[in-house]
Amino acid sequence: MDDSARFFDELRKHDGTPRRPYEEFCGWFSNEDIKRLKTKSREAETFFRRTGITFNVYGQAEADERLIPFDIVPRIISEREWARLTKGIEQRVRAINAFLYDIYHRQEILRAGRIPQELISENDAFLPQMIGVAPPGNVYTHIVGVDLVRTGEDEFFVLEDNARTPSGVSYMLENRETMLQMFPELFSKIKVQEVSNYPTRLRRSLSACPPSKTEGAPVVAVLTPGIHNSAYFEHSFLADHMGAELVEGHDLRVIDGRIAMRTTRGYRPIDVLYRRVDDDYLDPLTFNPDSLLGVPGIMDVYRSGGITIANAPGTGIADDKAIYSYMPDIIEFYTGEKAILQNVPTWRCGDPDSLAYVLDNLDELVVKEVHGSGGYGMLVGPAASKRELAKFRAKLMAKPSNYIAQPTLALSTVPILAKEGLSPRHVDLRPFVLVSPDKIDITPGGLTRVALKKGSLVVNSSQGGGTKDTWVLGE
Amino acid sequence: MLGKTAGGLFWMFRYLERSENTARLIEAGFRIALTRPDAAKDEWASVVETAGVRTAFLERHDDFDGASVIDFLLRDKANSSSVLSAIETARNNARLVRTALTREVWEAVNESWMVLKEALRRPVREADLPGILGLIRRQSALVRGALHGTMLRNDIFDFARIGTFLERADNTARILDVKYYVLLPSISQIGSSLDNVQWETILRSVAGQRSYRWLNGTDITPRGIAEFLVLDGRMPRSLAFCVSKLSGNLSYLKKQYGHDYACVELVEKLGAELSETSIEGVFETGLHEFLTDFLRDNAALGAQIEQDFRFYG
Repeated sequence: MDDSARFFDELRKHDGTPRRPYEEFCGWFSNEDIKRLKTKSREAETFFRRTGITFNVYGQAEADERLIPFDIVPRIISEREWARLTKGIEQRVRAINAFLYDIYHRQEILRAGRIPQELISENDAFLPQMIGVAPPGNVYTHIVGVDLVRTGEDEFFVLEDNARTPSGVSYMLENRETMLQMFPELFSKIKVQEVSNYPTRLRRSLSACPPSKTEGAPVVAVLTPGIHNSAYFEHSFLADHMGAELVEGHDLRVIDGRIAMRTTRGYRPIDVLYRRVDDDYLDPLTFNPDSLLGVPGIMDVYRSGGITIANAPGTGIADDKAIYSYMPDIIEFYTGEKAILQNVPTWRCGDPDSLAYVLDNLDELVVKEVHGSGGYGMLVGPAASKRELAKFRAKLMAKPSNYIAQPTLALSTVPILAKEGLSPRHVDLRPFVLVSPDKIDITPGGLTRVALKKGSLVVNSSQGGGTKDTWVLGE
Repeated sequence: MLGKTAGGLFWMFRYLERSENTARLIEAGFRIALTRPDAAKDEWASVVETAGVRTAFLERHDDFDGASVIDFLLRDKANSSSVLSAIETARNNARLVRTALTREVWEAVNESWMVLKEALRRPVREADLPGILGLIRRQSALVRGALHGTMLRNDIFDFARIGTFLERADNTARILDVKYYVLLPSISQIGSSLDNVQWETILRSVAGQRSYRWLNGTDITPRGIAEFLVLDGRMPRSLAFCVSKLSGNLSYLKKQYGHDYACVELVEKLGAELSETSIEGVFETGLHEFLTDFLRDNAALGAQIEQDFRFYG
């Protein structure tokens, strides 16, 4: 009946007293009037609407713009916990970049037999066009979002690496902004590490990877699919705060071996393009010929050193769910160290023994599509009905290699402000990592996603999840 | 600045101006409908004509009755110039050029969109109409205030202003053109009460009753109104005022970019023509002919600006 025994609560210990990182917060909270907090919570929603922090929902009539619900109880991480996480993240991200360089050059890891050849060669996320291409500064993943879950005091798992175009960082920033406006007194009591300089750090990090043809200070631009994209707010937010132009494919063309943007005074070359367009749509001459979102010829310009594309094309091979299960090997292969952050045990359903196990234990496992995202096409065994299980079983058997399975993790909880007061809900965490040739820069904080439905383990915003401000404490 | 951004700013402010102008047209029509019920239908027809949506209106309605006209001009999504469509287009353009706006301007236009979308969710009852029209004007003033109070005076500001004044000049010229016959000295019978109402309506639809009275007392004459709205450089909705603003903003751009543009030549020519003309001259040419020429030149100026600053390619 009581979940508190099964799940690690980040705010309270078993005896009901607050865990160390939450002590000051709980002291403040106990003197607060719940009614006032509720009012504040509604104010936050108005603030988000007015600011336009919304996301578009695809395939819905009227192109509805929705808010991701925001919960005012912060998720708090101690400095010690954070230090350990950053070590693990840094190791992992270094390994991912080394892996990408290797996989598009000598493929030592395949020769060493550490991962199967066909996992690469038959993977849609592997781009043969990138073979032998060295991206400026040898950086493949300029921006990475590492999805972490916690199951105990010292137990963190990496659920997923987002090495293509991770999103959500604008929520990290606006959540903090909202909290600062609503509860300034909290921040004078509790020392929380700053996140607001992320756009400056991003710009610095992108500028540190100019292509060989750059002259002078690198010109940075953000490439968006346009105002109807679900993450458009974030694209404009980042461009705005970096002082970069926000461009669409039709603003760009190839001129003299460079990518140039159409300005009121003619075409001007861009040096670094932070693209929020998928590989497949990047260049209709190289990839999807029907794409109107990209720039015809950009891949040729890229290969000849005319532009930096961030993240590099082809990074998807590193965050593929089938590759994920090999991450501990990948880390060991490139760093010579054991992985600091654990992987979730994963069954690859393409393997007949694993498939048999997964089918036998379907009601206890989480099954995901290898190429899926956003929580779509996913089965959470313990929460599924008999009918849902049967339906999914049929899908799984029809195309086993399309799925992986993982044990249902006992995701930690952090309370939200619910009708009755504080009530625990499951959370995950996505810190944002910036990679440049000289440095891996992790902003102290991240996006905490929270499943608002009681007992639910699905935190995705498309599936009824919300967000929280994430605090990393300072000394 | 990206050409697309310049174009987005231009259209954002054209549509904001349009939503405000449409609200004023409705206000003027509503006034006549209340005070002279027998003239109401003709007046609503002329409002639709002025808004430039006659064909679209007749595709949806058979008759120029007040309720249909008001709904078509306020809320109909099939009418791209309705207040609701215009504010939505303005807001979409604002999203497109989000990086060129201050937070205040963006929030003002986003809030206007939210407030008006809510207010226009259902057909507006007659009793609520004055309140809603006032709301539209206030929201428009809010965006304008944020623009003036917070924006850097650079090319971004220039494109915003150019959109505003091009739209406004077009609107004032069309108001005059649709009513030109009541302004013709030869036809109108001076002092007849019908004409007085018509003239007042013209002033009302450009928010000019008070200013006109300051200048002319209660002496409302067709010649006076035409001069006021065509040539008076102090009246912020007159053709002369709009053209001088367009000329100013375009010459700032010319200076800032250090380049000559065909549109600067066009606007200077238009300005020179207006300053050399007297109202007698306008009536000699024929008011209708004069306004037709002006509308054509104004549209050509818009097209040249699009081209000179690479809005689309």
